[in-house]
Amino acid sequence: MMVRITIDGQIVHVKRHTPVLEAAKQLEIFIPTLCYHKALKAYGACRLCVVEAFRNGRSKLVTSCNYPAEDGLVVFTATDRVKTARKGIMELLLARCPEVPQIQQLAEKMGIKAVRFKKKGDRRCILCGLCVRACEELVGVSAINFTSRGTEKKINTPFGIESKVCIGCGSCTYICPTGCVEMVGGGSPSDGRSMNMGDLALAGCPNNYECEACEIDREFIEEFKRVVKDVRAKT
Amino acid sequence: MISKIKTPSDLEVLRQAILSRQDPNKQVLRVCCTTACRAGGALDIVKNFKEELAERGLQDKVEVKKTGCRGFCEKGPVMVIEPEEIFYSEVKPKDVTKIIDYTLLDGRPVKRLLYTDAETRKKITNEKDIPFFGKQVRRVFSKTGKIDPTQIQDYIAEGGYRALAKALTTMEPEEIIEAVEASGLRGRGGGGFPTGRKWRACWEAPGSARYVIANGDEGDPGAFMDRSLMEGDPHSIVEGMIIGAYAIGANEGFIYVRDEYPIAVEHLSIAVEQATSLGLLGKDILGAGFDFTIEIERGAGAFVCGESTALMNSLEGRVGEPRAKYVHTVASGLWDRPSALNNVETWANVPLIIDRGAEWYASTGTANSKGTKIFSLVGKVQNTGLIEVPMGITLREIIFDIGGGIRKGGKLFKAVQTGGPSGGCIPEHKMDMPVDYDSLKSLGAIMGSGGMIVMDENTCMVDTAKYFVNFLMSESCGKCVPCREGLEQMHEILTNICEGNGEAEDIALLERLSSLMMDTSLCALGGTAPNPVLSTIRYFRDEYEAHIFDKECPAGVCRNPGIIRVTEFGCESPLRFYEYCFACPQFKDGCPDLSLSRTMLEGKRKLVFSDKLDSEDTVNAKEFHCLKPLSYFEKSRNTCGRQGKCREEGLLVDLLSGKKELVHSGTRLKKS
Repeated sequence: MMVRITIDGQIVHVKRHTPVLEAAKQLEIFIPTLCYHKALKAYGACRLCVVEAFRNGRSKLVTSCNYPAEDGLVVFTATDRVKTARKGIMELLLARCPEVPQIQQLAEKMGIKAVRFKKKGDRRCILCGLCVRACEELVGVSAINFTSRGTEKKINTPFGIESKVCIGCGSCTYICPTGCVEMVGGGSPSDGRSMNMGDLALAGCPNNYECEACEIDREFIEEFKRVVKDVRAKT
Repeated sequence: MISKIKTPSDLEVLRQAILSRQDPNKQVLRVCCTTACRAGGALDIVKNFKEELAERGLQDKVEVKKTGCRGFCEKGPVMVIEPEEIFYSEVKPKDVTKIIDYTLLDGRPVKRLLYTDAETRKKITNEKDIPFFGKQVRRVFSKTGKIDPTQIQDYIAEGGYRALAKALTTMEPEEIIEAVEASGLRGRGGGGFPTGRKWRACWEAPGSARYVIANGDEGDPGAFMDRSLMEGDPHSIVEGMIIGAYAIGANEGFIYVRDEYPIAVEHLSIAVEQATSLGLLGKDILGAGFDFTIEIERGAGAFVCGESTALMNSLEGRVGEPRAKYVHTVASGLWDRPSALNNVETWANVPLIIDRGAEWYASTGTANSKGTKIFSLVGKVQNTGLIEVPMGITLREIIFDIGGGIRKGGKLFKAVQTGGPSGGCIPEHKMDMPVDYDSLKSLGAIMGSGGMIVMDENTCMVDTAKYFVNFLMSESCGKCVPCREGLEQMHEILTNICEGNGEAEDIALLERLSSLMMDTSLCALGGTAPNPVLSTIRYFRDEYEAHIFDKECPAGVCRNPGIIRVTEFGCESPLRFYEYCFACPQFKDGCPDLSLSRTMLEGKRKLVFSDKLDSEDTVNAKEFHCLKPLSYFEKSRNTCGRQGKCREEGLLVDLLSGKKELVHSGTRLKKS
């Protein structure tokens, strides 16, 4: 069923329950996000993609990556309320990961000059969960997942030991937006490559980290499926 | 073994049979055996009673019942003797003989065990004359404290499952939903969403399989009403769930209860087992052609699993993290199927509505909040425990009439924190507001699941906010950025303020961070997490300002880790030693005596007075140039029984090593 929604005054027809973010992409409206990938289930963790949605005369901030399009929905992607919220989130992320290029660039783009919050060390992982979902949904092995909770939360293999189910496809490394997942050689051949978490020297992105409008990203899935098939055939 | 109940008349026959077996002349001892009283030895009391009664051949004349909670946990273990209705509190196992001799055989109460009124100092014999019970309206709790929760016969004798029979055989599902809507029942777990509306949405949602879920994952600090209900009257939850399932069209139900509540798990399991064996659960319940089963799932104790979607994730065997609710759980919940999730207390209200009618139910309460609510009244109040009160009662009545006011010690009431960690602190001048969902919200607090923590003037409100933020920070699932990072930053700012390192813009920063978290958090945990901060800023801004600008904690709670207050010294000798040396001009220029003193204070070397005893482990008294340190070691330390193994010397070492500073004013966070 097709529905009609309005984004920033422009009308677009999409399938019912299409994420607002995808609908906006059709209108070439850029919404920043760090945890969304169209090949994966929306997770809604980074909250950077918030937009203001009007329904039944009431407005509320919703995450566009998982807010389903319903007929008559009116969305604004760049109101003051949206901008303030995004800036605030970006500031929190910058306090967490002050040295990550993508975070720095995105923050600069939003006009954040100084962080009001105390810097909390120099972490690279923003816990977007892309690697976890890629490993579960695309590769189908769930070699890595979140461990602990709250401020202690991190990505790890079960019990922090070398994973037996990892096929070493590298999808986690590929999909990681901050270059936090590193591939290390040296595992036993039957396991493919071994993987552990660490820092990866990040090559500069040719597309200013706008993954949503990126050609490389679009080709990723096809190439990725081929790699997975390859590796599976070998092991 | 009782045969299965196949029709409503079977149930009535069974009820009459149970009632006719009861001997009206038999004395009944109802001993509370739930967690709090059990900790006080209630099980031993029951055991002693049974043994002694058997020894004296009284076991047929007196019945001992292990019941659920009566609410007066402050005075536990409690028991009631019927038919005289004598209420005993703070009973000890060794009191059993006396109770049998005096009360059971002679009809006289044991005065020592009677409740003493705090004001009049009079002994009160009967439970209903005690002020703690006087203003309560016990409906959901009407059977706890009376029945043995592990005996379905007790529940049936008290009219249990009558509502189920009425619903299944005389009402259409939509009629039940209409009745719940008309009753005005709202979710008792915190949100206060109208239960009837939730059920209707679930009933109308497309899909064949659907579920009902009871949320027994109570995790608020200081709250235990759900635990008591599950321990004391599990059948009321089961009955409510069967009625709800019939209304919605669900054939499967789950009770999610935290594993930290072993007695609740045990009693619920027994209840489900007994209801199944009687045919009240299973296939073709009461001949109405309706099938329903209940499964009990134990949670691992994550606070966030009390959130509906996190609970469902956990039930599915996934990580207990909330997910987006843009499509409501009533349409796509557990395994993406329509699911009606209610708090256990909400479920326990359902049989009351069906049995006595929506009109009767709605006659209690305020315009938008109907019925009664169970609160756990804890903190610096005299009578802690569980209370059930009608909606609309004022906070003052709850705290001062039922709770008996602030504990002895002459302190004044300061604030009450309602709604658990996501709730807010309400000050004295708002005490006359009626308690219902909307008025509490307007005060910046929430009803929550019903925790009430009373605080007196010895409580620092900034410290209180920090405590709750710390709790939420460690219980946040860490999925979304504003909650995970925001709470960490919030905690840091509050810690700074508490330690006297707050800055002028901190209050504004806290407010801005709060509004960000409320606006953008994924679930209600992050969305309501700023409540304790915002409500304390709203009502106790002066305390924040005192911490930030005057570096002072008005309640004298907060301390800067870098300072030591004079009042912390219980013994004066080390203090006088330090003060003398601190005033000496040599103190800062590296006095050789002080470095000697430090090695001695740290226990490395001992003082000797003879050259013959000199060794590496000793300090000869001759080495001291100044008499003050020497006199401390010689006189004060050597004559003291603790010989330097006291806390004060630890403070002295910290002071001498320059790690900490001494402050003379009792409340200041920093040296002025």
